[in-house]
Order: sequence, then structure tokens, then C-alpha cells
Amino acid sequence: MELALSPEDAAFRDEVRSFIAENYPAEMRVPNPETDLTKEQSLLWHRILHKKGWIAPLWPKEYGGPGWSITRRFIFEQETSRAGTLPPLAFSVTMVGPVIYTFGNEAQKKKFLPRILSGEDWWCQGYSEPGSGSDLATVRTKAVREGDHYIVNGHKTWTTLAQHADWIFCLVRTDPNAKPQSGISFLLIDMKSPGVTVRPIITIDGSHEVNDVFLENVRVPVENLIGEENKGWTYAKFLLGNERTSMAGIGRSTRYINKLKQIVEAEIPSDDPMHLDFQREIALVELDVLALEATELRVVAQMARGIDPGPAASLFKIRGTEIFQRITELTHRAIGNHGLALREQPASANRFMPGPEYGHTASEKYLNSRKLSIYGGSNEIQRNIIAKAVLGL
Amino acid sequence: MDIQFTEEQELLRSSIQRLLRDQYDFEARRKIVADEQGFSRRQWAAFAELGLLAAPFAEDAGGLGGGPLSTMIIAHEFGRHLVVEPFVETVVLVGGLIERLGDAAQKQGFIPDILDGKKIWTLAWTEKGGRFDLADVTTTARREGDDYVLSGGKTAVIAAPWADYLVVSARTSGNRRDRGGVSLFVVDRRAAGVDLQSFKTIDGRRAAEINLRNVRGQLLGKEGEGVVALEACRDRAIGALCAEAVGAIGELNSATLEYSKTRKQFGTTIGSFQVLQHRMVDMFIAHQEALSLMQHLNLSISGGEAGLSRLASGAKTKIGYAAKFVADQAVQLHGGMGMTDELNVGHYFKRISSINIQFGDPAFHVLRYARLGAAA
Repeated sequence: MELALSPEDAAFRDEVRSFIAENYPAEMRVPNPETDLTKEQSLLWHRILHKKGWIAPLWPKEYGGPGWSITRRFIFEQETSRAGTLPPLAFSVTMVGPVIYTFGNEAQKKKFLPRILSGEDWWCQGYSEPGSGSDLATVRTKAVREGDHYIVNGHKTWTTLAQHADWIFCLVRTDPNAKPQSGISFLLIDMKSPGVTVRPIITIDGSHEVNDVFLENVRVPVENLIGEENKGWTYAKFLLGNERTSMAGIGRSTRYINKLKQIVEAEIPSDDPMHLDFQREIALVELDVLALEATELRVVAQMARGIDPGPAASLFKIRGTEIFQRITELTHRAIGNHGLALREQPASANRFMPGPEYGHTASEKYLNSRKLSIYGGSNEIQRNIIAKAVLGL
Repeated sequence: MDIQFTEEQELLRSSIQRLLRDQYDFEARRKIVADEQGFSRRQWAAFAELGLLAAPFAEDAGGLGGGPLSTMIIAHEFGRHLVVEPFVETVVLVGGLIERLGDAAQKQGFIPDILDGKKIWTLAWTEKGGRFDLADVTTTARREGDDYVLSGGKTAVIAAPWADYLVVSARTSGNRRDRGGVSLFVVDRRAAGVDLQSFKTIDGRRAAEINLRNVRGQLLGKEGEGVVALEACRDRAIGALCAEAVGAIGELNSATLEYSKTRKQFGTTIGSFQVLQHRMVDMFIAHQEALSLMQHLNLSISGGEAGLSRLASGAKTKIGYAAKFVADQAVQLHGGMGMTDELNVGHYFKRISSINIQFGDPAFHVLRYARLGAAA
């Protein structure tokens, strides 16, 4: 399914397509880009996009964005995900960047934005805490003002790729006596500060994506406060809105379905009844993708006419994650007995994996994708949002 | 229908529970899995000591005569503790085959060492491209004097890296996928021409791709009747795997229920949210149904009832889907914690994922169930 494009937009789409084909680094085409790349390798594409001026499609032109229309942003998103390129680090470009240019002061914009665009600074997100998952407003990490500094103490968790991070943006409690939402501030913390400790959390697929981050008497200059003290919840909600927009993942699901079809053809003879069973399952999930894509295009068209999409992001998140989980389950099933194998981490080409290469990451993807319905606001929370904001329940 | 366990069976169950509680808690298991070997000889000896490896065998074979119900009791407790040692492979699969097919010399030669925990065995029937079809065999065996010579390959054989002996299916006549012409052979895992490429499984066990090049093997059972023997073996395996799955489901449900009563968000326990209450009710129902089918199946195996094989496929389907549902929801309700290697919940999820592949996934077995029903 395609948007009806003007000749100019169609030309833009072709330009994006050929730019990716000609410039996406071969060394980033590894079995599982999300776990197998070093920090430097995963920044290669970021730097290429930065040089081209395409690193931050959402950003206004004055801060370094390309100044694209909503349609062009969508085309870019569609082409890059269809091609299977590793997206630039979301915590930097999609999340903290817009908070800084929307709510930060001039000095903060000048200091941080260029380094986000260039990839010089790697950001991670200090939101969740052991006691604050879905209920983020109960964060307990404390920041106490002492002269020109805040003294920060607390424990952040599920911090994605904190092991690579130069900076962390944190929700901290600055007024313990206020109502939960009104005593929170948004603080930028240098990961090299004394008192910051990162501890890996290994997940069920064996990978190291997330971490605990401990903050012990960390001294943070007051100039690193975003906006006003105790107004952090407003900025946090703004950021979460951005986090949830791109979760339909149509391009990625389409790519994985195509791969699944190839695996089924290679693994299961067409006269085996399981072949028909898989065709049926694949058709059902393709229809799910089609319906979600049509919904996404409808919302994009509305946005282009200036209509607020409301909580459409919650719908995209729920369906996008459910669909992708289903595809990874089917792929894991399709490889039959070889689904028993799980790659050891850290991944190495020297370790033996049984069966054809197309199945080598099926188990880990299947396991890892369980997180999708949990993170970024669990799917239960997303349903609450729709119940409240759309249905008025 | 609810099985009233005999005093002997209750004793068996409580003695396993005691052993596993004392020696096989989650941390002990973690150490075993992380070990170079990936399983514990010491635990295996403890299982033998307690009579677990002898329990299902007939008394005249030196066993305790507990039959399939003792297997069910043991596998259920092993499922609760995520035991990695090859009980199903050595005792249920191979032990069952030798007991039924072996000649006197083979029984006397092999069974005592199984009961005593001295030798570990596994069954190598899966082949590349064969998926879950027992008759899809391209490995060949040709007669040479009193022995046979095997050549071919087997895929994803669980416990092969630990095994002293393998029982291998190979074709003595006919074409690929012919039901006739498949025979079973005992092969020394360290024999010349046996080549293993080992890997770790999704549930922390060890498996291997096996290449056989002119390997000597001795016939087990009658030539050409391997598929029939393997079908009955699969039924028994499903009885044990379903019991393991039900054990895992029960643990996931109690862990999830406990968590939902203690984990607080939005000023209250998450167990007070109706949407999660209903989810946990469905998990409870899934457990109840799975438990009932597990008993029904294992009683039928005990009685050697007609239609047993169809029932086995039915149970593998129903319990497989139930286990998958519970595992998905247990991870979901534990939130991020359910994703961690540190908590046991994810490990039950992985064990269930593995069980669902072994001897055919629920999608395979539901078709088999339908077809056997149509044929009846």
C-alpha cells in the first residue's frame, strides 16, 4: 500500500531509496544488528545521515532538521525501515533532542543539540525505577539542591544501552511533599560524574541491552535542569508521546514476513499439510499489517491536513507490537527442530549454530520480542489510555 | 476423574520434592547450566540413588515397576524445578525402547547401567528437513556380518553431548518417508565415525548435530519396524513432556499470583485490577485443564488403551497451547522482571518453548489428532 504521492514527493522517495542503497554500511548488515554491533559500528549510519542532513526528520530546520513535510517524514521512515537500516539512537534524536529544543534554554540548546546530531553524545533514558514501571509518576530518585548543584540519589532500571551512554536524562523528585506528578524535575546527568554506576541486566535471550543505573550522591550542576523545577512531568509526557509514535513498525513487520515466507518455502515441502497451515497463518498476519498500515496512512493524511491524531500512537503501539510478536513466533516455529538452538552471547561467528543461517537468530528474536508488549508503556497501559482518552470511560 | 495416588506414589513424590528442594533450587540449577558440561553427574547419581531412574521399569528388568504414572510424577516435579538432566531421554525414551524391543542380552547389558546412573543415553531420530515426521529417515544402515554400518545425519539431538550411547533410527530398506524399512540401532557415541557439533538449547540444555560415517551399530528390535516402535515411544515421551509442562505452568501461575499480590502500582496491588484478575483466572483454568489431560493421558498410557496415540497428540496440542498462553502472560504480568535472566519466570518460558518443539509442536499435533479422528 502506498500514499498517493505528488511527483515531487515520489522523486523524494526515489532519492531516499537510492541513498540508502548506495550508502548503508555493509558492516552493519550483521545477523542481529540490535545486539551484534559495537558502539562505533552502530554509529556509522548515524554519521552518514548527519552528513547528509537527514539525521533528525522531526526537528525544526533552525535546530538542524531537514524541514520536511509530514508526508516526507513518513516517506523517510517508511523507506528506512523497509530497507532494514538501524534507526539512529532514539533516546538521543527522537526523545531528548525535542525536549531540549522545546523546553531547554539557549545555552542548553547550543551545548547539546549539535552533539546529538553528530552522534558525539550517546543518550540513555533514566525514567523507570524498580518501584516505578507503568506508574512512572512515583519515581523516587531524589535531587536535593545544594548551592549550584543538585545532589542526586536513586536507582534507575531498564536503562537501554546505558553501557554506551555519555549522558542520561532523568526524572528526579525535587519536591517530596507535592503530589506525585508535581514534584518531578527533568535533569540531564553526565554519565562520567562520580557516583554513577552501570550494572548490566541480562535478558532471557542472553543479550545485554538494558541496565541498572545507580546514582549515589551525584553532583549535577543546576544548569542541567530542563525548564522549571517540579515541571518535569510535563516534559516527560511530551517525550513519551514521541516514543510511542513510530511503534507501528510496518516496514519491519513487512521485512520479517517476507523472510518468514522464504523460510517456510525452504523448510516445508508444499505437499506437507503444515505448508497450508503456515500459509494461512502468514495471510492472517499480513492482513493485520495491511489494516494497521491503512490506519497509519489514514492518520498521516489527517495530520497533513492539520488534524491532531490524539491517542492513535497507543493503537499503533498495541497492534504493532502484537503483530511483530506473532511474526517472531511463526518464524521460530517455521525452523522446526532448530528452534531448540539459541545463539550464545556475545555473538560470535566462531560458535557453532545448527541449521541454515536464516534461522540463526529466530530463537533470540522470539524471546527478545516479548519485551515489546511491556516497554514504552505496557499494552495494558495503552488500552487504558484509549479507554480514557477516546472512549471516555 | 482424579488420580488418587497410592502410598508408594505419594512417597515417590515427596521424596523427589525433598531432594529437589534441598539440592535443586533455582541458584543450584543456574550453576549446573553455567558449568562447562551443562549438567550435573552428581545430581544424576542422586536421582539414581533415590530410585528415580529405576522407577518406571518393570520389576523383572530390575526396575521398581512404577510404570508411566511414576514417570508422570517424576517429570512433573522435574518440570517444577527445571531439571536439565536427561531423565526423559535416558529413561523414558531409550529405557522404554530397550525394555520393549531389546533381546535378553541387550536388556541385561544396558538396563542395569541406566538404573544405576552409570550410563546416559539419548534417542536420535530427527533429521534435517524431516521436521516432526518419524518416518522421514535418510540415514542408512547396511548389514555387515552380525552388525550394521550406519551413515547419515541427525539434527538437534538433545543430550547427545552428554550421552554414552545413542539409539539411532536408520533406513534398512524403502524410500525416504516410507513407514516401513526404518530400524533402530544402538551406537556407541564415542565410536569411530560419530561426529558431534554441540550447541546450547533455548532452555539451557545441550544438543548436537550428529554426523555418522560408516559407524557400527547393533540392531534394537526387528528390522523394518522402527517407526511403529518410535510412535509408541513418542506417546510415552509426550506423557512425560506434558507432565513437565504442567509442572512449569503450576510454578508460573503461583509466581504470577504472588507477584500480583505484592507488586504495587498506582497506589494499589496490580492484582486488584480486573483486567489482570481475569487474565489470571484464564491462566488458572488453563492449568486445571492441562493437569486433567496430563492425568488422563498417563492413565491411558498405563492401561495401553486403544486410541492412545490420538489422545497423545491431543494432549500435546492442548497442553502446548495452554503452556504457551500461561508463559506469555506470566512474563507480561511480571513486566520487565519477566524478561530478565535473573528471575526464574523467563526460564520457565524457555523450557515451555523447548517442550513445545520436541516431538512436534501443537500445530503439528492438532492436524495429526484431526486425521487420526477421521481415520477412526
